Amino acid sequence: MSVAENLPEAPPQAAGDVILEVRDLTKHFHLGGGLFGGPPAVVKAVDGVSFSIRRGETLGLVGESGCGKTTTGRCILLLEQPTGGQVIFEGKDLTKLSPAEIRVVRRKIQVIFQDPYSSLNPRMTIGQMLDEPMAVHGIVPERRARQDRVRELLTVVGLLPSMASRYPHELSGGQRQRVGIARALATEPSLIICDEPVSALDVSIQAQIVNLLENLQEQFHLTYLFVAHDLSVVRHISDRVAVMYLGKVAEITDRTALYAEPLHPYTQALLSAVPIPDPEIESHRQRMVLGGEVPSALNPPSGCVFHPRCPIAIEDCKRIVPEVREVRPGHRVACIRV
Amino acid sequence: MTDVAADTLLDVRDLRTEFATSHGVVRAVDGVSWDVRAGETVALVGESGCGKSVSALSIMGLVARPAGRVVGGEIWFKGRDLLKLSEDEMRDIRGREIAMVFQEPMTSLNPVLTVGRQITEACEIHLGYTPTQAHARAVEVLGFVGIPDGARRLKQYPHQFSGGMRQRLMIAIALSCRPDLILADEPTTALDVTIQAQILDLMKDLSRQFGTANLIITHNLGVVARYADRVNVMYAGKIVERGTAREIYANPRHPYTLGLLRSVPRLDEPKRARLDPIQGQPPDLTRLPPGCAFAPRCAFAIDRCRAEVPPLTSVGGAHQSACWVADSLPGVAAKPVAEQVPA
Repeated sequence: MSVAENLPEAPPQAAGDVILEVRDLTKHFHLGGGLFGGPPAVVKAVDGVSFSIRRGETLGLVGESGCGKTTTGRCILLLEQPTGGQVIFEGKDLTKLSPAEIRVVRRKIQVIFQDPYSSLNPRMTIGQMLDEPMAVHGIVPERRARQDRVRELLTVVGLLPSMASRYPHELSGGQRQRVGIARALATEPSLIICDEPVSALDVSIQAQIVNLLENLQEQFHLTYLFVAHDLSVVRHISDRVAVMYLGKVAEITDRTALYAEPLHPYTQALLSAVPIPDPEIESHRQRMVLGGEVPSALNPPSGCVFHPRCPIAIEDCKRIVPEVREVRPGHRVACIRV
Repeated sequence: MTDVAADTLLDVRDLRTEFATSHGVVRAVDGVSWDVRAGETVALVGESGCGKSVSALSIMGLVARPAGRVVGGEIWFKGRDLLKLSEDEMRDIRGREIAMVFQEPMTSLNPVLTVGRQITEACEIHLGYTPTQAHARAVEVLGFVGIPDGARRLKQYPHQFSGGMRQRLMIAIALSCRPDLILADEPTTALDVTIQAQILDLMKDLSRQFGTANLIITHNLGVVARYADRVNVMYAGKIVERGTAREIYANPRHPYTLGLLRSVPRLDEPKRARLDPIQGQPPDLTRLPPGCAFAPRCAFAIDRCRAEVPPLTSVGGAHQSACWVADSLPGVAAKPVAEQVPA
């Protein structure tokens, strides 16, 4: 069951104070009853999610499409208004802030999007895109100084200062993602939500961007919420990992424990499904292939949402909604069979 | 065709496909040769723009004209050169003898036809089935791909199926006419990891059951390791390394293959402090350097690499590499014995 337990672990980087705490977050989308009628229905995209992130650490948030990982990130960014729960950032509940206060906080929480092709404005130069957030937030009020800062930001992310005058279409995918990172850094944030930052990039470029994110974290003491579906990349970059399934947290613990000793059957299946780039190992690897598909969030299963696909489900799983319990120090699991 | 193994099904020789763009001619596939034997699974691996998808489209005669065109080479399939066939003759082969599965099942299925019609149409046209026979065949192939309750599901439309189920439909359509070869272009890239495992296992099982050969086009080294018998690694329109999957992974002899293998984090290895990326950017196909296209990103390049294009030559039996310094490359970093991998 172990995945290379002999990890030369660096202690979780600067186990600082809690910078972000998400408490019982819910986000429900209401469908139907609109122009085309249809019965009103509720999608519970995020359904009672709680976790915290300490300053300077990286929390990986993994799961398959539709599990609510991106919506969780968007709620923290207040790009979605949460239906319930609290998002406490540096001691303040963001869901209770006035629009003016939100603007101030936005500076401190930035985002890197998945698709560097659609997240950059095609009509703005790279320089303008980096200049704008600094001007809006009054970070560098003087224009000339901002231009210097733009060049500095480009250098920090491994681009040439001369690229400030280029447009996004003139850059490759990897270069665009570097611009996306520079734009996030422009407001000097303390928390960055990285939403699938490497999954649209070629394999040979992914490693460059992952290394860059790690270097920047050290340099600027950043905190990351790293949302991704690639378990190998998440393991590499994260200090702790939360696994989501159908709007809920299935398991959350530190990286080593999650990969060496996954307790939730869904985590075990996910890890088992990842092919390892070595035909020798793959040829005699025992795998646990999950039957069925992720059910619709419109009509989630009763009890434990994972029970229809779960290899160890019992009768009770159909009616008992498992709470997230701490089964070992720092290791929380939502499963009554663990 | 003297050097061709008796069971060779598809033999691609010196294929060249070009596209005219506003920035000049792009040699998307630049003199590529490879083959597929009956019943085996061959992978074309590489990153975006390396020519792997265009290779498949060239075989199917689906390169978008007038910008794109096959300008040279031969594609031998069961004794005929596909490049010499008329459009009518190709239409008989497409879907009948060589079928294709695309990455995006939603965009490759017709949204306004029932899925039943999309399967029966091919059987009626290619196999001359009556509507009743075609319907029976459609129910049968849905069973093969693990879609239960076929008779009812055939009356539904693609939007009533989930992503994984749609990809099963694509495979069902591909199988319906009992092709000899299925070209699968990134068949699982749009799918979640647990569904990806299901679909690839299904393709492997079906290949064993019916003896269908598969060509899998992918960028995912893990997928290749699990499913391919033989591998062709492509870079900038050329094959840079080929061999059995085991040779390629245990003993990569091209710096690009080596770089790819070293750059991905692996679940079965200790976490590294930092990853080892391939430096630089993917090549601009309109402005390739003289010599080896990978040389500008290569840590092992010597002067000769920047002047002369290295040919694909043997580095041991059928294992070939196109690299001037193939013999002096280091191995994949010594890795601790992975006693166990996640169960």
